[in-house]
Amino acid sequence: MGGKEDPTANGSPKSESMAGKKASPPDLLSSISLKSLKLKTKQQELLLRVSILGLVYVLAFIARLFSVLRYESMIHEFDPYFNYRTTLFLTEKGFYEFWNWFDSESWYPLGRIIGGTLYPGLMVTAALIYWTLRFLRFFVHIREVCVLTAPFFASNTTLVAYFFGKEIWDTGAGLVAAALIAICPGYISRSVAGSYDNEAVAIFALLLTFYLFVKAVKTGSLSWALASAFGYFYMVSAWGGYVFIINLIPLYVLVLLITARYSLRLYVAYNCMYILGMLLAMQIRFVGFQHVQSGEHMGAMGVFLLMQVFYFLDWVKHQLNDTKLFQTFLRITVTSAILVGGIALGVGTASGYISPWTGRFYSLLDPTYAKDHIPIIASVSEHQPTAWSSFMFDYHILLFLFPAGLYFCFKRLSDATIFIVMYGLTSLYFAGVMVRLILVATPAVCLISAIAVSATVKNLTSLLRTKQKVPQTGSTKGAGSSKSSSKVTLDQSQPFQKNGAIALLVGVFYLLSRYAIHCTWVTSEAYSSPSIVLAARGAHGNRIIFDDYREAYYWLRQNTPTDAKVMSWWDYGYQITAMGNRTVIVDNNTWNNTHIATVGRAMSSYEDEAYDIMRSLDVNYVLVVFGGVTGYSSDDINKFLWMVRIGGGVYPVIKEPDYLVNGEFRVDKGASPKMLNCLMYKLCYYRFGELVTEYGKPTGYDRARGVEIGNKDIKLEHLEEAYTTSNWIVRIYRVKPPTNRL
Amino acid sequence: MVKSTSKDAQDLFRSLHSAYSATPTNLKVIDLYVVFAVFTALIQVAYMALVGSFPFNSFLSGVLSCIGTAVLAVCLRIQVNKENKEFKDLAPERAFADFVLCNLVLHLVIINFLG
Repeated sequence: MGGKEDPTANGSPKSESMAGKKASPPDLLSSISLKSLKLKTKQQELLLRVSILGLVYVLAFIARLFSVLRYESMIHEFDPYFNYRTTLFLTEKGFYEFWNWFDSESWYPLGRIIGGTLYPGLMVTAALIYWTLRFLRFFVHIREVCVLTAPFFASNTTLVAYFFGKEIWDTGAGLVAAALIAICPGYISRSVAGSYDNEAVAIFALLLTFYLFVKAVKTGSLSWALASAFGYFYMVSAWGGYVFIINLIPLYVLVLLITARYSLRLYVAYNCMYILGMLLAMQIRFVGFQHVQSGEHMGAMGVFLLMQVFYFLDWVKHQLNDTKLFQTFLRITVTSAILVGGIALGVGTASGYISPWTGRFYSLLDPTYAKDHIPIIASVSEHQPTAWSSFMFDYHILLFLFPAGLYFCFKRLSDATIFIVMYGLTSLYFAGVMVRLILVATPAVCLISAIAVSATVKNLTSLLRTKQKVPQTGSTKGAGSSKSSSKVTLDQSQPFQKNGAIALLVGVFYLLSRYAIHCTWVTSEAYSSPSIVLAARGAHGNRIIFDDYREAYYWLRQNTPTDAKVMSWWDYGYQITAMGNRTVIVDNNTWNNTHIATVGRAMSSYEDEAYDIMRSLDVNYVLVVFGGVTGYSSDDINKFLWMVRIGGGVYPVIKEPDYLVNGEFRVDKGASPKMLNCLMYKLCYYRFGELVTEYGKPTGYDRARGVEIGNKDIKLEHLEEAYTTSNWIVRIYRVKPPTNRL
Repeated sequence: MVKSTSKDAQDLFRSLHSAYSATPTNLKVIDLYVVFAVFTALIQVAYMALVGSFPFNSFLSGVLSCIGTAVLAVCLRIQVNKENKEFKDLAPERAFADFVLCNLVLHLVIINFLG
């Protein structure tokens, strides 16, 4: 830190005499105060900036630690368990084994080529941090590194946001952007401690790539473009959302071309980044050749060719110095380029060489597509369109600061502000289509809002710092000079300007403090639950922990043969393999829809048909999640209709109307007979009819659905109950071998 | 109509030729390198059309190394050209060092991708 210098180095005679006075011990206390350090303004500013950034860095880290403090240091949710398992494998077996890993413990009997179907960035990052710490002789467990990776990278994102804000506007905007993004709930939701998911490092990589690219466009330097290519490589290795970058940057280049901002710096930056970035991206096995074969990446290639055409035309124009000749040349070249490009694109798409947009991304452009055609994508709750309340919940005051920031950006248009405007608008559109993408829009919203806050505060404080202008003789002279320098001096006709500025500043301070309170409250209440451990308040206000999931998985781990195969719905697959260490039939990767449909069919058939399916898959144990005793609403009965839809999508014998009564899903006496006798119903409600769950209600009262169940007398023929957890949340059944035929 | 377009084309070629011979030698060397790289890429594409595109990663790495080094050379040309006012405070040695660094990264990735 350059701030705490020896005051004698400042060189003014006044400070030297003060320093001489300070040397005596009784004046030690006074020497600590900032004023007596007698720093120059620049050094004071540097000290302020560095200390603010340091505080924001620490804030971003500690705001995400609620669940570690309340529960324990564990991995949350479902997907992070797969990432944890692969990271564990990487640290134990090394990179070569990890890159070529074929896993036979999931998707029995198909197996899964993990090495070729994952994004390795997160695992490699965590492993590198782990190996670095071990090298420095800090022998931490890999789980601790995994849990704290997300907050660490969130802190790094605030630093990148500061530099990005500095590029777009000035250092004040950078500082505000760093502070806003440190606690913004939209980002915290996917980066709390324990949420060991791809987005933890992906948002850092995204913002880094964008910052480096904007810097490359500003300076026209090849080394910045190379750095942005590496940033893009990191993003591709980390998350499938890299498609956003490879489409936004060409769109940005296109907008610059249309607004007549073509420059040689842009040419250098985009070309270097595209070629090197594309080559680096193809090193990831999961991405493969998509950059030259997939329809989602063709925009970048099209803009690349367009840039060559632009450069060539520009060069010819420069050489010719004769407009008439150039016009004819222009006409010929442009028509032939468009013709060739159009024919190539048409042939490629028609022959199927260029694959069309995949379902996941096509549903962003047409939100109704997934519901009609791909029920698996439609069933994920994160893929639903966003409600207004989610926007308010995740952004708070940033919602109205965003348009204000857009106004400021349009007032001072440059290559950098055009980029941030485009990033903000496109990402907000996609955030409106899919809830999960609020995360991608958060950095843009924070940056643009920071511009609004910084510019407003700057204007207001400059009003406060001006000296009162001495009234000139004659009113006309005063009016004239006040008009010419209206910004710096106070307008005589508005005597309360200073008071108004102070009032507005207090208002801004109030808004920002409400934002901080809201963010902390949201983080604490909504985004810090591990999902695998549930908590509730008892009758006396004490906290009751439901640790049923882990109880069941550890029962599996310790009480079943090591080659046992477990069938459950795909949500729990990753957790079963990671914590139970047993082979599963389907898991969260959902790469094989038919296999999932087979499991769905088994769950929704009568016990005999289901037994045949389970024998064909070599299933030994079946695991279901049941929330009737605790009132837990994310259980398998509530997910049952999705099982029916997905199963029915592949096997027409499963028909959704069979399970509904007048279009309504019921589990009580009025439910359809198919529903009352299907495997899922039997497994969930076995022996439940004898249980009293709530005072004053009959036995077999399902607290999650709020009804008394219809079929209480359940007999299982081919399965037997193996284990039910203490709160009946997870129930495990053993599949009996076929009876001996006589 | 045909006569006027052919006359236009001839004028075009002549003025281009005369303007181009005025460019300094170092830029002409870079242009020659670019033409060589693009020509190599075209030969590779023609070979692929004859023999088939398996293994695809080798074909891609070959073609992209040629295109990549051509594009980087064009960027070098832009930065070294004294007529470009945007780059007048960039030392040509720095531009060449950037060019070498980017080519190094390009070819390292190509070697990994070649299979």
